[in-house]
Amino acid sequence: MADEKTFTLNCPLPIAPQKQVLLAHGGGGKLMHDLLERYVVPAFRNPQLEARHDGAVFRVGGARLAFTTDSYVVRPLFFPGGDIGSLAVNGTVNDLAMCGARPLYLSAGLILEEGLSLDVLQRVLDSMRICAEAAKVQVVTGDTKVVDQGKGDGIFINTAGVGVVEHGLEIGPARVRPGDVILLSSDVGRHGIAIMAVREGLEFESTIQSDCAPVAAPVLALVAAGIEIHCLRDLTRGGLATALIEIAETAGAHIRVEEARIAVEENVCGACEILGFDPLYLANEGRFIAIVPAACAERALGILREYEVSSQAATIGHVAESPARLVTLQTRLGTERVLDMLSGEQLPRIC
Amino acid sequence: MKFVDEFRDAEAARQLAAAIHGAVTRPWTIMEVCGGQTHAIMKFGIDELLPAPVTLLHGPGCPVCVTPVELIDKATQIAALREVIFCSFGDMLRVPGTRCDLFHVKANGGDVRVVYSPLDAVKLARQNPAKEVVFFAVGFETTAPANAMAVYQARQTGLENFSLLVSHVLVPPALEAVLNSPDNRVQAFLAAGHVCTVMGYEEYHPLASKYHVPIVVTGFEPLDILQGVHMCVRQLEQGRAEVENQYSRSVRPQGNVPARELMSKVFRVVHRKWRGFGEIPRSGLGLAEGYRQYDAEIKFGVEAYSAAEDSECVSGEVLRGIRKPTECSAFGLRCTPEHPLGATMVSNEGTCAAYYRYRRTRVELASSSPLQPVCRRDTSLACPERSGGTADGDASGTPPEPFRSRP
Repeated sequence: MADEKTFTLNCPLPIAPQKQVLLAHGGGGKLMHDLLERYVVPAFRNPQLEARHDGAVFRVGGARLAFTTDSYVVRPLFFPGGDIGSLAVNGTVNDLAMCGARPLYLSAGLILEEGLSLDVLQRVLDSMRICAEAAKVQVVTGDTKVVDQGKGDGIFINTAGVGVVEHGLEIGPARVRPGDVILLSSDVGRHGIAIMAVREGLEFESTIQSDCAPVAAPVLALVAAGIEIHCLRDLTRGGLATALIEIAETAGAHIRVEEARIAVEENVCGACEILGFDPLYLANEGRFIAIVPAACAERALGILREYEVSSQAATIGHVAESPARLVTLQTRLGTERVLDMLSGEQLPRIC
Repeated sequence: MKFVDEFRDAEAARQLAAAIHGAVTRPWTIMEVCGGQTHAIMKFGIDELLPAPVTLLHGPGCPVCVTPVELIDKATQIAALREVIFCSFGDMLRVPGTRCDLFHVKANGGDVRVVYSPLDAVKLARQNPAKEVVFFAVGFETTAPANAMAVYQARQTGLENFSLLVSHVLVPPALEAVLNSPDNRVQAFLAAGHVCTVMGYEEYHPLASKYHVPIVVTGFEPLDILQGVHMCVRQLEQGRAEVENQYSRSVRPQGNVPARELMSKVFRVVHRKWRGFGEIPRSGLGLAEGYRQYDAEIKFGVEAYSAAEDSECVSGEVLRGIRKPTECSAFGLRCTPEHPLGATMVSNEGTCAAYYRYRRTRVELASSSPLQPVCRRDTSLACPERSGGTADGDASGTPPEPFRSRP
């Protein structure tokens, strides 16, 4: 046993609050939320921003419009199931869809690194064009900048999008009510693992494809069918768990979900087991949840299942009658645990 | 998924839990050694399935947690050097040293990279001959063979710009330290299945007989852990203290012989400091004499550096199974994964992080301070009698409360 003189039960002093931006600030977890709350939101504070939704919805003249923006930095630029161009279009289209809007127009800001192959640029632009056509949006304005070699990862893209809201529904966390049902559009975790596998040279029996896809069509179909949608959220950075936690916190709701009802592809499960990841926190680029009153749930599922991107739609949980602001998960063993927001991105474990 | 789903089967888990309920006649305290097991217990809520008299304590088997602060400081010093590419497994990057962590070194321009295997670091060294590539060799016996292989390959190929910052620790000396502690409450161990996959379990026999403590080599899936607990409880109830192997699908008595041979070539047993324990004699691995040129501490002249560990953090007591995270007044309030006071709140496998992630609720956080324990029926620090207390209650004579889940 240890020498009593050197024996200590203690740990080092805590590190002072962050004074620099760390990579973990971009991970979609608590550090990022902290950054937004302390710096970004106070700088621009307004009611639209306070709604904490995927985009802003406002009235201009007689029309209700939705407006959103997103920046895309991904390495590698091309991956199974997508590329930075398809992400840049589908991501912004999906953010508009989460406002219940019909996407109309996009802008495209390109930041190109000196030395980028023009063939690569052409492939990315072609991909953006094909996705824009599929999503029925037009890229109507843009900007291009070039930075020194080493100052960018080949290409960064920012897209902003405008859509029109053609219904009277107020869609957002504030509308979530006890008794509402949580619908998940399809399986989760594929995009995160697809990127990780290419980036780190991990090989699996079959290639894991990203789920990158536009989801506006099934969402607009729900609206057209008169489904009373209370909240929508696409499950990008931070995954399903983070999206649920954000909604629970903003809405002041207790969301309960069942692990066994959440679809995860087998090879995604396998990759997660190896790396020590939880698929519920992995990024998706073509998945969303819809929160609707229980009375509409079956009809909504029927509509969602008519579209390929949401053909596996399922009920995964509900909003409980409880004052708690949290998300709990019923495990496969029947026990219940909290789903908590991570600090940043998941880190692979040691052993 | 094959080899996973069958070990998470709800019905089989209920049957095993029922068998444990049927076997228990008095309170027993069992320590699961490995942080991976702690994580699985929290993630799947396995302790909710156990009868009230069975208490699980969480052991020192989290390599991130037991790495002493001075080694983190050495890592940040080396990683900050301009000529160095510093490679590490991901979860070491957030562990605080006395001044900063590796993430901050990276944010300040240090070349710090997450790798998935030490052999990736060897590859990096080959690709960057003008750089010094250092791999942070942290872990128990589990990660030691791959790290040994990295150094072995480097020497075989004459690679000179590669080195290891070694912080390897060994399980059996830590178990002995737990058992020798005056505060010890542990009556049986679930030994770490993956450590035994490498090392076998012959070295546990002397411990079991010297301290009269059952040791069951156990896996990481819910059914593994429940079966391991059942095997421990059966031994305790019958008064036996033997080494048994629950994880027989992976573990052989002699372990992985070629891996052990390579380890013994490349490493030698050394005294090592543990966070929470202090220095434990012959409890770690360092590079053997013939491999000193690959020792980053020597290469970068940081062997002599030392740092004291002092703060309010009680992770040492958590690592030794004396306290639960929820028995710490800082837990969830001044100590969170974003601002950890100690390593047990940092790592994926850390006990405090597992409790924070799976057990803390917003309701409890908002409740009055200090926090009420959220998942233990047993909140006292009293040590049950080694023999197992009385037949109808714990050492204080009060029957334990049946388990209550969160409010």
